[in-house]
Amino acid sequence: MHVDYQSLRFEYRRSPDQSAAAVARHPVVVVGAGPVGLAVAIDLAQAGQRVLLLDDDRSLSNGSRAICFAKRTLEVFDRLGCGNAMVEKGVTWNLGRVFHRDDPVYSFDLLPEGGHRRPAFINLQQYYVEGFLLERAQALPNIEIRWENKVTGVSQSADAVTLTVETPEGEYCLAADYLVAADGARSPIRKAMGLESKGRSFRDRFLIADVKMKADFPAERWFWFDPPFHPNQSVLLHSQPDGVWRIDFQLGWDADPVAERAPERVIPRVRALLGHDAEFELEWVSIYTFSCLRMERFRHGRVLFAGDSAHGVSPFGARGANSGVQDAENLAWKLALVLRGEAPDALLDSYDSERVAAADENILNSTRSTDFITPKNEASRAFRDAVLDLAKDCAFARRLVNSGRLSLPSTYRNSPLNTPDDDGFEGAMLPGAPALDAPLADGGWLLDRLGGGFTLLHFGDAAPAAQGVRVVNLTPGEDVEGLAARRYDARPGTTYLIRPDQHICARWRRFDPAKLRAALDRATARVPEMAAC
Amino acid sequence: MLNTEPNIASPDDFYEALIALHGNLTPEQSRAVDARLILLLSNHIGDAAVLRQAMARARQGIVPAGHDAVLAARA
Repeated sequence: MHVDYQSLRFEYRRSPDQSAAAVARHPVVVVGAGPVGLAVAIDLAQAGQRVLLLDDDRSLSNGSRAICFAKRTLEVFDRLGCGNAMVEKGVTWNLGRVFHRDDPVYSFDLLPEGGHRRPAFINLQQYYVEGFLLERAQALPNIEIRWENKVTGVSQSADAVTLTVETPEGEYCLAADYLVAADGARSPIRKAMGLESKGRSFRDRFLIADVKMKADFPAERWFWFDPPFHPNQSVLLHSQPDGVWRIDFQLGWDADPVAERAPERVIPRVRALLGHDAEFELEWVSIYTFSCLRMERFRHGRVLFAGDSAHGVSPFGARGANSGVQDAENLAWKLALVLRGEAPDALLDSYDSERVAAADENILNSTRSTDFITPKNEASRAFRDAVLDLAKDCAFARRLVNSGRLSLPSTYRNSPLNTPDDDGFEGAMLPGAPALDAPLADGGWLLDRLGGGFTLLHFGDAAPAAQGVRVVNLTPGEDVEGLAARRYDARPGTTYLIRPDQHICARWRRFDPAKLRAALDRATARVPEMAAC
Repeated sequence: MLNTEPNIASPDDFYEALIALHGNLTPEQSRAVDARLILLLSNHIGDAAVLRQAMARARQGIVPAGHDAVLAARA
């Protein structure tokens, strides 16, 4: 069944809260039905939490926005029950190619090894992502969505946050234990609270055109520096579902953002790339400048900022929507535990520290890419051109070519929730790392088996008797290709404690109930952090 | 550790070759040659600490009089 998600309109419905004698109180209100808000709401609802989701509009996203969804994000969507829909509709890709003028100078395979359920990336228009998430959210009885409910005021006391909400029928007030502000880059909640997101903008303009056409480009990410069809600037080409192609033309700072949007200016640029007899339709055209910025803190008392409201990056690296979904998965389990009284409010501080560190990593990568693509002074231009020239015949220079370092999930190395290793381990699965997938004998996948909730992953013949967690025992026979054991540097008896967001928080060579208890306490902020000595 | 003691066997030959490298080039062309040379030598050295020490010495005593094309962003 084909649904045109861009044209869906949702009805405003009056809520009994609007005529209640006393201000209605909700455990958690999420603002913004974009990918981040929907992901938080679904994750909370799956954890048994009642959620109210408000959106100021009555439609999903339209036009050219996020398109590249990374492996980790797809794994989150799997846990949220809509990964298959995304991957079936999306265009799968793993390979990126970089050209200088006419010459290929560099290519990268983002998933060089097998044994992962999900590809490095799919390309999928944001309206599909929102559509599939929304369908999942609508299937969960404990999520209530209110369209055309715009938050215009926020205040908080020690025990509640109070919202003023504007609707087509006037204003009403709501109270909540916690508010998740997933209300986008211009975040009205951030503004209402007098807060700012700060950073830097790049002196450059980009024309982003989504073009519908039949083309025989492969499903790869193609990036040109100084191509003959668009001299002195860069061009990025990406394939999307429904025969839509994203073309991103660098224009320079002096370009006129209004004139450049006109079809008579856009069409010749597209023709120069595709050839003069190419047949295509323009689906969407816009002119952007890019910034990297973030709020100083993502937690302000009972208000938690997630996604673009909290941080912004340039699009090279696909780190915007992907990091937003990872904010969502980081926040949801913590909020669910705190609301159930199973963890202290201080657990939410770790959302701030972990995701601020992740945002800094994303901003660093995105800034470096943008500095390469948009040199900020004469020397940086000279070095960029020198790198591209040397890349033809010098292998080292290819590694310096930076057309975007594509989104990878952050490892929360310095998280207070991690239990430092006592035992020796090799490999990537250190405390704070997102758990890697591996194929299982029954045709299933390790990450599916882990699911949500705290999980003890034990490698051996029999599961240990652990309390307070779900236990997943992996026998050598189930680990068909031995990939899980290799990726987790596992020997018989090796035990990992994995958080509900599938990040590692502790690991041992042998299961020990007392160590598990201590690690669970630490991972839920139930004990004060040990002072370093 | 960055070696700033004499390390080039025939200093005058080296210096002559370095200047000859830029013979009849425009400032822009020289900039391109220098940039390639720095990248090639940096990769050859490889040692990040040595490279950072060299960068610091190169920048020493120069008070910035230009500005990068970046703008403060606030939202």
